Amino acid sequence: MQIEDLRARLERLGSAVTSHLWRIGFASRFLVYLVLHSGTALRRFRLTIAEIYFAGVLSLVIILVSGLFVGMVLALQGYETLQRYAASEALGVLVALSLVRELGPVVAGLLFASRAGSAITAEIGLMKATEQLSAMEMMAVDPIARVVAPRFWGGVLSMPLLAGLFSAAGIFGGYLVGVQLIGVDAGAFWSQMQAAVDVRDDILNGVIKSLVFGVAVTWIAVFEGYDAPPTAEGVSRATTRTVVTSSLAILALDFILTALMFTGGNAK
Amino acid sequence: MKQDPIVEISQVSFAYDAAKPVLRDVSLVIPRGSVVGIMGQSGCGKTTLLRIIMGAFLPTAGEARVLGRSTTQLDHAGLFAMRRRMGMLFQFGALFTDLSVFENVAFPLREHTALPEDLVHDLVMLKLQAVGLRGAAQLLPTELSGGMARRVALARSIALDPQLILYDEPFTGLDPISFGVIARLIRQLNDSLGATSVIVTHDVQEALGVVDYVYFMAAGRVIAQGTPDEIRSSDEPFVNQFVNGKFDGPVPFHYPAPGYEADLEVASA
Repeated sequence: MQIEDLRARLERLGSAVTSHLWRIGFASRFLVYLVLHSGTALRRFRLTIAEIYFAGVLSLVIILVSGLFVGMVLALQGYETLQRYAASEALGVLVALSLVRELGPVVAGLLFASRAGSAITAEIGLMKATEQLSAMEMMAVDPIARVVAPRFWGGVLSMPLLAGLFSAAGIFGGYLVGVQLIGVDAGAFWSQMQAAVDVRDDILNGVIKSLVFGVAVTWIAVFEGYDAPPTAEGVSRATTRTVVTSSLAILALDFILTALMFTGGNAK
Repeated sequence: MKQDPIVEISQVSFAYDAAKPVLRDVSLVIPRGSVVGIMGQSGCGKTTLLRIIMGAFLPTAGEARVLGRSTTQLDHAGLFAMRRRMGMLFQFGALFTDLSVFENVAFPLREHTALPEDLVHDLVMLKLQAVGLRGAAQLLPTELSGGMARRVALARSIALDPQLILYDEPFTGLDPISFGVIARLIRQLNDSLGATSVIVTHDVQEALGVVDYVYFMAAGRVIAQGTPDEIRSSDEPFVNQFVNGKFDGPVPFHYPAPGYEADLEVASA
């Protein structure tokens, strides 16, 4: 009886692993097909621009407000620590490096996954549930090329821009709190920041991070939408999975990218 | 029946799961220029047959020849080339909800042609006029009634003047006026475009007034065929029950169950 029970458990475990592997394989093939069929999205670029508007421009408010508050909190917390070592002039450096290297891409990515990723999944899932994608196929129009690819590239292009704006808003928030409220010297705040932040090591690496997060989040969002069971419950579950999976993917990728980008650089 | 079939289904079988075949040895012919109904109960395999004609499913046995080509021999590009000559009306219209009525009808024209904008405009207006909805061109699908949405979808499906128009349950959920309008449009558009139409439906009385010929399906097989008059007077028990909406017959009122007395424990009392 115990052997039977153990066997049943192992079978369930094996089946779950196989099903996950199968799904990852399907998602990878989906990405390859999507990239190979991106001609329409790039040739008729206005389709992609419309998606940049929906994924990017409509996410601006949450990105800018969050960036501002994160920068303000960073300045408060940073000043508290730095002034113990009489280094409060380095507040600008602390705020800028924290944002450009780490918080900008990561927090903007998490917000992007919740705001735009979930919307993309829900939209594609509902299009599938209401047979709009089937109707497109019957009109000899490939829904992956016409619907999915513009959303994918719109998201991928929006993400670095949003992360940059998040960091800019955060630095401005840090300036408001650090210089205007606490009274750190404005010249020191800006000049130390300018001297310490490197275009290639810091800004470019931040942009690369946000680009990778953009690909991951949008890939997950379009795949979950396209693969969603065509029911209200199916779309709802897919939307939740998009937010959870892409948030975890951002955090895992951030660790890997940080290890590759910054650890090696500091060791030399 | 006339020769020169536009659809020819020869001994087609299909199964999602080998143990439960959905279609069994189905053969039928749809002649050019006709309106043909495929009727039967829900789950009898008629929608699956429609999907085989669309090329969405391939037969597990037999052959489906559509517009002169066998669907099993078509690659992706060939299938899309075939579909450009077909129109399809989905059960609930499947309009693109983010596009206006005008843009929905213009969609196939914009995707498959490089016509100048003023010509696209004129063609869309012609199609909308044909379904009586030129005045609704700027409305969104969410602002339309069920019957209007179905008519817009019909205008979209004929945007490229298809040779073959497929209708998947076109009468479901419509009020009597919309019912009559859609039925008349199906006939009118078929005749004025010189197209061929296939209507898959279980709304038998209404469909019999529109079609030239009927194939009746049950349990994945064609069990009867004929003109509407032949179907109305058919003595085949299932067709007779279906056409006349009889309470009991080959399709029993009661779902199979053990003895009533046993369930009520009458015998043991």
